[in-house]
Amino acid sequence: MMNTNGRNGRNGQTIEQSIPVIEIANMTKIYQMGETAVHALNDISLTINEGEYVAIIGTSGSGKSTLMNMIGLLDNPTSGSYRIRGTETSELSQSQMADLRNKEIGFVFQRFNLLPRTNARRQVELPLFYAGTPGGKAVQMAREALAKVKLDDRADHRPDELSGGQQQRVAIARALVNNPSILLADEPTGALDSKTGDEVMGLFYDLHQQGMTLIVVTHDNDIARQAKRIVTLRDGKIISDERNGHTVLHPAEWARGGDELVTNGPVKGEAIAISLPKEGERVYESA
Amino acid sequence: MRALRYFSVAVDSIVAHKMRAVLTMLGIIIGVAAVLSTMGIGSGAAASITESIESSGTNLLTVSAGGGGGSSASTLTIADATALANSKAFPDLALVAPQYSESATLTQSGEEGTYQVVGTTATYADVTSLDMASGAFFTTEQVENNERVVTLGWNVASDLFGSAEPVGQTVRINTNLFEVIGVLEEVGTVSRSGSIDDLVYVPIEVAQGLLFNADRYRGSYTVSTISIQVASSERIDAAELQIEQVLRLRHGLGADDENDFTISNQADILEMASEVSGTLTVLLGGIGAISLLVGGIGIMNIMLVSVTERTREIGLRKAVGAHNSDILLQFLVEALLLTTMGGLVGIGLSYGVAFIAGAIPAMTFNIVIEPWTLTLAMGVSAASGLLFGLYPAMRATQLDPIEALRYE
Repeated sequence: MMNTNGRNGRNGQTIEQSIPVIEIANMTKIYQMGETAVHALNDISLTINEGEYVAIIGTSGSGKSTLMNMIGLLDNPTSGSYRIRGTETSELSQSQMADLRNKEIGFVFQRFNLLPRTNARRQVELPLFYAGTPGGKAVQMAREALAKVKLDDRADHRPDELSGGQQQRVAIARALVNNPSILLADEPTGALDSKTGDEVMGLFYDLHQQGMTLIVVTHDNDIARQAKRIVTLRDGKIISDERNGHTVLHPAEWARGGDELVTNGPVKGEAIAISLPKEGERVYESA
Repeated sequence: MRALRYFSVAVDSIVAHKMRAVLTMLGIIIGVAAVLSTMGIGSGAAASITESIESSGTNLLTVSAGGGGGSSASTLTIADATALANSKAFPDLALVAPQYSESATLTQSGEEGTYQVVGTTATYADVTSLDMASGAFFTTEQVENNERVVTLGWNVASDLFGSAEPVGQTVRINTNLFEVIGVLEEVGTVSRSGSIDDLVYVPIEVAQGLLFNADRYRGSYTVSTISIQVASSERIDAAELQIEQVLRLRHGLGADDENDFTISNQADILEMASEVSGTLTVLLGGIGAISLLVGGIGIMNIMLVSVTERTREIGLRKAVGAHNSDILLQFLVEALLLTTMGGLVGIGLSYGVAFIAGAIPAMTFNIVIEPWTLTLAMGVSAASGLLFGLYPAMRATQLDPIEALRYE
């Protein structure tokens, strides 16, 4: 375990000394739904450091999607502060937010959101187009990003010629291409079967090992428990922020049953189903 | 050039949706082709009218008996024509040819027909630049001697003589025998007084006296019209004024009296004809413009559908850093590209229509597509792209990226 931590110096105790990438302080988001005001986010504070692998979980209506939109600079909070790499963002214009999204955030979506009838290389070049990267350099960068997801041999394939897992890897290459500060994934395995889902999570594991800051928003506890840190939301508040302390496992080891490697985290199996609510279950009401 | 970068994005999108692109362009293609062809018909008709008027001489003035007031008896006489023919007094009036015409029956060995007989002078052939198929028009001597000679129009000759040579033979006009001395070349064009091919020409005083016993005014035979060729087109207005003054004086008209004759000018007729054909062009162009407008609305409709269909794409583009202006330009450039391509295809189509119309023998004129209408068509296509692409593009920019990404 310590060997794994020490390999790149970004895991374990070293996180505390790392540079904060995301600093959210007292963030509130209120949606006016007719007469009633809905506190989608209620005074949330959260700091994520460079190299962390964080899962944000919660049922629908818990505020996790709203938090993801805030982190992803797709929306402005009603109050509070959000700094990404030290840049305060809560007062930015739409245009400035677009530039920050382009530079700092790589999005991965549940349903891939690839452009139809466009080959993989051009998909990956898309963020570079809006960054104004010159054509030749963009082609080179897209090639490198596709190599990172091991799809360099599929650069000329269009989405309908790729499997679901391959499509999601193209989307991950697109998220990585402009060297963002964080990779923000929204239910990245939600549209995939468990095998290809494991492939994608394996890729996340590799990226984490390479020092990428990863935030995965999910309702799936199996997915969440592959992260190093689990932030649980309920009713717009963070109800737990759990640093598992266990070594982040490669999904292959999960499949093999690497439970013995986990020292102080929850164990895979029925114990999780009891300890954490699943999507659609309003466990907290009766709790 | 920032807009240039969106060109490849627009091309990608059009290539990715070929069928939709073709359907979108169809409105503009048909609109542009309609505008260009109809305006081509207008200018072709105008050119044809102008040509036929110019062929009869633009320096021609025609004085007709009777003024605007509707006087009962003709006061225009052969003496008036003689007075105007005084080249020393009126150097602007180069050639003067009076005419007296009435219909009469022509017979020749059993063949019979009623034709308009025109009594005139030898000068008439020069004024109207008649061409002979055979024989000759009558000479000044023949007119002065009141010889019973006749020159036939092409149709009259073929009606009465068939394929036989008429020159040298005789023909009976009413009851009087005339010698045929010439046949006119077939003209074919139809003028106000019918086709020249259906006319019969005799010396003027023979018509006035022997044939029709024309009215006299102040002792001189009356005439129907006097054709006058003016020395140069610049002198037409001056000539008109001179003729008016002389005739008013000769007819003893007071200052308050209206003219008892009418002077018409080929240039006026030409102007009127081009005005008519101009109106025609505007009218047809207007119809075409309406179809272009309909085409433009079609573009807007399909662009709106396209924006809705591509909601998730727009959301994604925004998520990866597209500004609102990027989205706006993307859709505008796409609309612009579609309409200009449609415009070009429409121009091609209109040339095809003009070519096919030119090949139809029954068409009496060609479709003339003038270069300025091409510029207009391209300009209108591009403008409709901007105009009708703007609203859908604005709609696209206003999409909330969060909503757009979730759009099913």
